[in-house]
Amino acid sequence: MVKEIERAGLPVVHLCTVTPISLTVGANRIVPTVAIPYPLGKPDLEPKEEYELRRRLIDKALDALTAEVTEQTLFE
Amino acid sequence: MSWVTTCSVPAKEVTVSQYKVVHYINQFFGQIGGEEMADYPAEKRPGPIGPGLAFTQALGEDAAITATIVCGDSWFNENLELARQTVLDMVREEAPDLFIAGPAFNAGRYGVACGSIADAVQSELGIPAVTGMYVENPGADMFREKVYTIATGDNAAGMRRVVPAMASLGLKLVRGEDIGASVEEGYLPNGIRKNFFDQKRGSLRAIEMLLNKLKDKPFVTEYPMPVYDRVEAGPAIKDLSRATIAIVTSGGIVPKGNPDRIESSSATRYGSYHIAGVDDLTSDKYETAHGGYDPVYANQDADRVVPVDVLRQYEKEGKIGKLHDWFYSTVGNGTSVANSKRFAVEIAEKLLAQGVDAVIMTST
Repeated sequence: MVKEIERAGLPVVHLCTVTPISLTVGANRIVPTVAIPYPLGKPDLEPKEEYELRRRLIDKALDALTAEVTEQTLFE
Repeated sequence: MSWVTTCSVPAKEVTVSQYKVVHYINQFFGQIGGEEMADYPAEKRPGPIGPGLAFTQALGEDAAITATIVCGDSWFNENLELARQTVLDMVREEAPDLFIAGPAFNAGRYGVACGSIADAVQSELGIPAVTGMYVENPGADMFREKVYTIATGDNAAGMRRVVPAMASLGLKLVRGEDIGASVEEGYLPNGIRKNFFDQKRGSLRAIEMLLNKLKDKPFVTEYPMPVYDRVEAGPAIKDLSRATIAIVTSGGIVPKGNPDRIESSSATRYGSYHIAGVDDLTSDKYETAHGGYDPVYANQDADRVVPVDVLRQYEKEGKIGKLHDWFYSTVGNGTSVANSKRFAVEIAEKLLAQGVDAVIMTST
């Protein structure tokens, strides 16, 4: 899906936990996330801390979208 | 999935002449549980379990499964290095002659686990390994050139056909016998070409192929061209504060009740959901339709998959121009590549028409 959306000309950042799969399918901007059932959360944290964690991951995603990339890049 | 069996047979006694086999399976085939048990760490048990019983039959008198390693799919994939080491140590203790992983069919995380561990067992322990997967399993693309991977259907209904092929190839590997070409043995092509003498010379075969092609009859190329399907990265966003950003997910987040009835696996559709004015995806209004991962956390708080709360806040702060009024969602569980492509082409068209500048895609 990442690839087809990008083929249409839109930049995409892929947020996922199993990054090797993302690399295999051909995502260009990749941000590794927390866990498969909760990529952008962590249920054992306090809600405030969890929000903070999600905010940091979104910051990385936005950084990735503003970065020119010429090859598949992991933003860790 | 239909492969659930509760009967047990006594482990065969291992005689000296028998080859020892270690079998790797996930929590589901290990009969520990479904998705709620996917965090189950690797565990070694004596003898065959689940599909191991079918392998025991297929291997016959010459080989026996002495131990089965059962491991949760999420645990393996979320802890790749630790999981690899843990399972490798368990295999090392058993010192088998052959390692069998799966078959994983179209289960993505299971396929990646089978491929990585089979590859590690071969390269680090020098023990031959065989696995089985559906051609679209991401694990197949990642490991088919390193590990013999018997081609399977996309679900466990094909178990009966796959097990004998895996067992037979495994025994050949152990005995050091010649391995035939992929078309003969049934494994996914691994990039290695086998030379052999055909009864007809090349010019004749080429003419036959050409004639068939001209008559619109089926023919099989002897040299398939590789498909390199890479897409160039989209241009970077110059000014976030003026950009409209859309969220797309394969994590199955939908309004409660799943109005579009997106299937929990092998999805044939996607949904688009209006979130203008929504600051937070709350559990009374949103849930996940996704099977194949434990839905508890996404149901409690769907922002864990579709981060509306943070992006809405950023929109208010002016860090991004706008969070797009719609998010798009489907279920990525065993969904065919063809369907995923179709969804994405349609979604992209809509996003462009709606003036979206960039996409945050989340996967579970």
